[in-house]
Amino acid sequence: MNKQDHEARLNLIKSRLKIRYAKEKAFRAAGVTAILTALSMLAILFITIVGSGYSAFQQTFVRLDIHFDQEVIDPERSGDPEVFSQADFAGLVKKSLRKKFPDVRKRRQKRDLYSLVSSGASFQLRDMVMNNPGIIGSTKTVWMPADDDIDMYVKGHIKAGEKGGGRIKDYKLAWIKELSAGGAIEKRFNRTLFTSGDSREPELAGIWGAAVGSFYTMFVTLVLSFPLGVATAIYLEEFAPKNIWTDILEVNINNLAAVPSIVFGLLGLAVFLNFFGLPRSAPIVGGLVLTFMTLPTIIIASRASLLAVPPSIREGALGVGASKMQAVMHHVLPLALPGMLTGTIIGMARALGETAPLLMIGMVAFIVDIPAGIFDKATVLPVQIYLWADSPERAFMERTSAAIMILLAFLLIMNAAAVILRKRFERRW
Amino acid sequence: MVRSRDDIVRTIGKPLLADDERVKISCRNVNVYYGEKRAIREVSVDIAEQEVTAFIGPSGCGKSTFLRCINRMNDTIKSCRVEGEITLDREDIYDRNVDPVLLRARIGMVFQKPNPFPKSIFENVAYGPRIHGLARNKSELDEIVITSLEKAGLFSEVKDQLDHPGTGLSGGQQQRLCIARAISVQPEVILMDEPCSALDPIATAKIEELIDELRRNFTIIIVTHSMQQAARVSQRTAFFHLGNLVEVDDTNTIFVNPEHKLTQDYITGRYG
Ligand SMILES: Nc1ncnc2c1ncn2[C@@H]1O[C@H](COP(=O)(O)OP(=O)(O)OP(=O)(O)O)[C@@H](O)[C@H]1O
Ligand SMILES: [Mg+2]
Repeated sequence: MNKQDHEARLNLIKSRLKIRYAKEKAFRAAGVTAILTALSMLAILFITIVGSGYSAFQQTFVRLDIHFDQEVIDPERSGDPEVFSQADFAGLVKKSLRKKFPDVRKRRQKRDLYSLVSSGASFQLRDMVMNNPGIIGSTKTVWMPADDDIDMYVKGHIKAGEKGGGRIKDYKLAWIKELSAGGAIEKRFNRTLFTSGDSREPELAGIWGAAVGSFYTMFVTLVLSFPLGVATAIYLEEFAPKNIWTDILEVNINNLAAVPSIVFGLLGLAVFLNFFGLPRSAPIVGGLVLTFMTLPTIIIASRASLLAVPPSIREGALGVGASKMQAVMHHVLPLALPGMLTGTIIGMARALGETAPLLMIGMVAFIVDIPAGIFDKATVLPVQIYLWADSPERAFMERTSAAIMILLAFLLIMNAAAVILRKRFERRW
Repeated sequence: MVRSRDDIVRTIGKPLLADDERVKISCRNVNVYYGEKRAIREVSVDIAEQEVTAFIGPSGCGKSTFLRCINRMNDTIKSCRVEGEITLDREDIYDRNVDPVLLRARIGMVFQKPNPFPKSIFENVAYGPRIHGLARNKSELDEIVITSLEKAGLFSEVKDQLDHPGTGLSGGQQQRLCIARAISVQPEVILMDEPCSALDPIATAKIEELIDELRRNFTIIIVTHSMQQAARVSQRTAFFHLGNLVEVDDTNTIFVNPEHKLTQDYITGRYG
């Protein structure tokens, strides 16, 4: 080739090169924009949730001097815990409040006075006596949760003069002022939020019941869907004959992955509740329904990771006389496991955030008790969020956000666990 | 010791017959189909015991396909169908009573691309004996692993790193590890599908030497694209073309005085 031709060709390539680089730059810019958009959306989400939810981790408490009156608690001096538990502890709280504000005479005002302190205070006092009967007869200083209106006012979520904030009357404000001047009002860490079940009273409501319910439900889902999903994937990918039936099966599995989750809820209602007569609102049924929902995800991810194992590994094993089963179990499965785990965790994370199908099987009920097993009535975190978001009290608003933060924390922990598990199982060679 | 071309010319072997007692594997009218497509046509050939038989031929002519029939590796390909008769020690290997797993313990295979398991060197070699229960205890297993590695000419290079990953070895070492893995179960026949195609000349020379060594204890069939390699390591050579077996004879006859023009053209590089 002569020199001129050569140069012409080089120039041609060079001019094309510019266009190629420009395209590359544009593509990169588009990518960065996409990521930045996603990140800012995420930031907005977090800022809103944290901004409106962080205050729920604190709760306003009121300090009162309670006289544990022998006459009220155990007039016959029986020392019987059964008698203590029947006592009028609310009366003790009222008495203490009356003593603190002796000027309050009107019935209406008295009622307002009593509502400064949460109705849960009497349970707190009862527990104190049950745990230590020795305090009967003495006077103790006790910090009790304030009513949610007071809590909201102290946190600044409702203003006194404001319209709509009119639930707090002027004389009530005066009491609050007096109490805080005396150091008898304080914001403290809200332990109740983490240790109690649901309640009608925001200051007594917690997510523990829902968290335990979620745990049991997830447990059932994992125990059923992981082995079933992995076994199905192994069978379909490695052993099943390729014929019309397996093709139909495959199409169906892929379809199931796209079925709206509420349909699984209806299926669960019809099959598990109405036909098998399993208990309503129980984690066992929730877990079964979520298993239906998670299985396709796990099967598809597991099949993909089995397919990604190089066939040469299979051949190597078969070549030394391993049976098909041994080749799969000893060589293919260990290599595919990290991918299977990832698929499982993705499915589980989706199941953890699922609400709709659980509504259909009654896991939306108002349940105060912490479930003790998979057959107990329970609710789950996302349903709890839904219930709180639906409640009119202002104090439930911040608790909704707090519950969302806790749910997100759970998801983060799950994903971190997935990464750790994957790292552990991953072959480093 | 690697045999030179002259050696081969001097040792004139006699052509094998079907009833010769040196016959280890005998194939009669073998046809292989991938779906509708016929990849092997009416191939009949005998493989002699304790000899190296080379399969040569242009790419796509069906050498690998035919080789994989002999240990029923083609069973794993769903679309693949084998017709005809293949016998090992005069027993039909496609008989319904023959277990392919047992068959593959008798007929080992080394693949074109080294495919060690992603496990330690020791585990790679110990796997076969372990699943077949060939070792009664740990020391016997150690013994098998070490002798296999020695026979594969790899032991001296890896003896201090038996617990290192097999995939961390060089390409040639990996291929010798695969050979060690194949001989660890004491097969009677070893099939090798282009075992040196991914290797440099030095590693190739080592493996060729090894094949010559292994011939004493094993029957070997090797697929190769290298005429020189076929000439150096094999005693008999079979030439395939478009799914047909064109010619099979002593290697020196094939290389010096082939019967067919096609063979002549191929080995002299005129094929094209
Ligand atoms: N799994 C398969 N499915 C369908 N056809 C196949 C399959 N494997 C091989 N073939 C076809 O069978 C014919 C023979 O293939 P084979 O791999 O045996 O050739 P080969 O002689 O080993 O070639 P090479 O020297 O390139 O390895 C080819 O035409 C190929 O396309
Ligand atoms: Mg081939």
